Amino acid sequence: MTGAAENILASVGGLPEASTDEVVRAIDVRKSFGPLQVLKGVSLTVRRGEVVVIIGASGSGKTTFVRCLNHLEKIDSGRILVNGHLIGYREVAGRLVEDRERNIARQRREIGMVFQRFNLFQHKTALGNVIEAPVHVLGIPKAEAIAMGCTLLSRVGLADKTDAYPSQLSGGQQQRVAIARSLAMKPRLMLFDEPTSALDPEMIGEVLEVMRELAREGMTMIVVSHEMGFAREVADRMVMMDDGQILEEGPPEQFFRNPAHKRTQAFLSKIL
Amino acid sequence: MNFDWPFFWHYLLRPSTAYLNGLMLTLVLSVVAQTLGTALGLFAALGRMSRMAPLRLAMRGYIWIMRGTPLLVQIVFIYTGLAAGGIYRFEDVSLGILTIPGNVQAGLVALSLNEAAYMAEIIRAGISSVDPGQTEAAKSVGMTYALLMRRIVLPQAARFVVPPLGNEFNAMLKNTTLVSVIGVPELLLTTETLTSATFRVFELYSVVALYYLTLTTLWGVVQSRIELRFGEPSQQAKAGSGFGERFFGSVLSGAVRKKA
Repeated sequence: MTGAAENILASVGGLPEASTDEVVRAIDVRKSFGPLQVLKGVSLTVRRGEVVVIIGASGSGKTTFVRCLNHLEKIDSGRILVNGHLIGYREVAGRLVEDRERNIARQRREIGMVFQRFNLFQHKTALGNVIEAPVHVLGIPKAEAIAMGCTLLSRVGLADKTDAYPSQLSGGQQQRVAIARSLAMKPRLMLFDEPTSALDPEMIGEVLEVMRELAREGMTMIVVSHEMGFAREVADRMVMMDDGQILEEGPPEQFFRNPAHKRTQAFLSKIL
Repeated sequence: MNFDWPFFWHYLLRPSTAYLNGLMLTLVLSVVAQTLGTALGLFAALGRMSRMAPLRLAMRGYIWIMRGTPLLVQIVFIYTGLAAGGIYRFEDVSLGILTIPGNVQAGLVALSLNEAAYMAEIIRAGISSVDPGQTEAAKSVGMTYALLMRRIVLPQAARFVVPPLGNEFNAMLKNTTLVSVIGVPELLLTTETLTSATFRVFELYSVVALYYLTLTTLWGVVQSRIELRFGEPSQQAKAGSGFGERFFGSVLSGAVRKKA
């Protein structure tokens, strides 16, 4: 990567102020896809500035859980509060009722999401991807958004790629644009769903470098990833998911050296 | 062979005013019906994909009926049938100097409603061809359904919709002949009138066939130019950022280049 990422958040006016110290509070979240129960009572609290890395075998529910945090998936029961508010639902007489679309959309503005397959808007340039939501969702003047977008792209090392379309960018470059696109909304929480799994090995580093810098700058992050070097270095807390439940969690030191569960040990020995 | 060549050339190259009016009416009917049909088709497609089951069902029913019955029947039903049943009678509407006869209105309504059903299926297929990841990404940055459709999904669906849309317009140019049964003096009815006056069926129908062939050929040229503009976005980076800009931008710059 050309030039290390630095002061990324400065380009969007610094770390967004948090309304609450508990950025995420998930309580006993359950979800099924048809007969298959994928989340069997997941509870997790993430504090401001914390970086939580979730690991687990495929099918353990980690991706589904993260997608529930911005209501890309509905939940069957339990509660998820993000930035202090129920996400996706209103509580009416103790029961969850899906919220109005407009309210859900408003809450999602404050939650950044980075996908495994980037999902850049294919008909927009890198800069177009970054300014799309600030201009059309937040109503920021286009000139202002362009200035911010250019700074943001240069901070993730893509100053010379602002006019490139996604199909002209490498995977690593696309993923950095995707991160910039999320950050342009000044989110208080960033969700990363296996952000490096679809990348060629030589491109993983440049994406992790951006994520590492974001963590340094105090962004609250939940990362589904099997990049153990990154987790060891950046995570405040490791979470091991297994069969729709959180098997164990703890600081990386202890988690890697002395996992409590046999299944965690077995899983770690496979991927380390 | 009994073919009156001078007669043929005369009507081909020096068409009467009535004939040119018929040609004009064919063009206007086609363009207006295709435009209305596309707009209605978009709403029908969105309704067909709606989360509301009654709306979805209603649109399925609509598409089922319009695609499952002959256009000719629909035209007669809407103009003559509705009036005879005492439900609705298309009256002439006067817009200042221009009067739109009732049968032209009925023809337009029938062509548009019929086209909407076909366009609905084409647009639905186009929307389905856009990667669902695009919708998820748009949601994740706080877009509502309406905004993400308008800004993200439909512009990308356009790539899949434009080629069959061209096909539809080609068919539309010829389907307008069917409104001749309710007395709309478009190109075919004008020909028929001339035929009954001159009994030169072979010559006049050769002329009208050539007219339609010319129209569809010209459209084919326009269509391939439009399709070029809707290809891979990265291939047209130079032509402007929006699809509209790209298309009209190139047409304008082409015109400027010719002048220079």
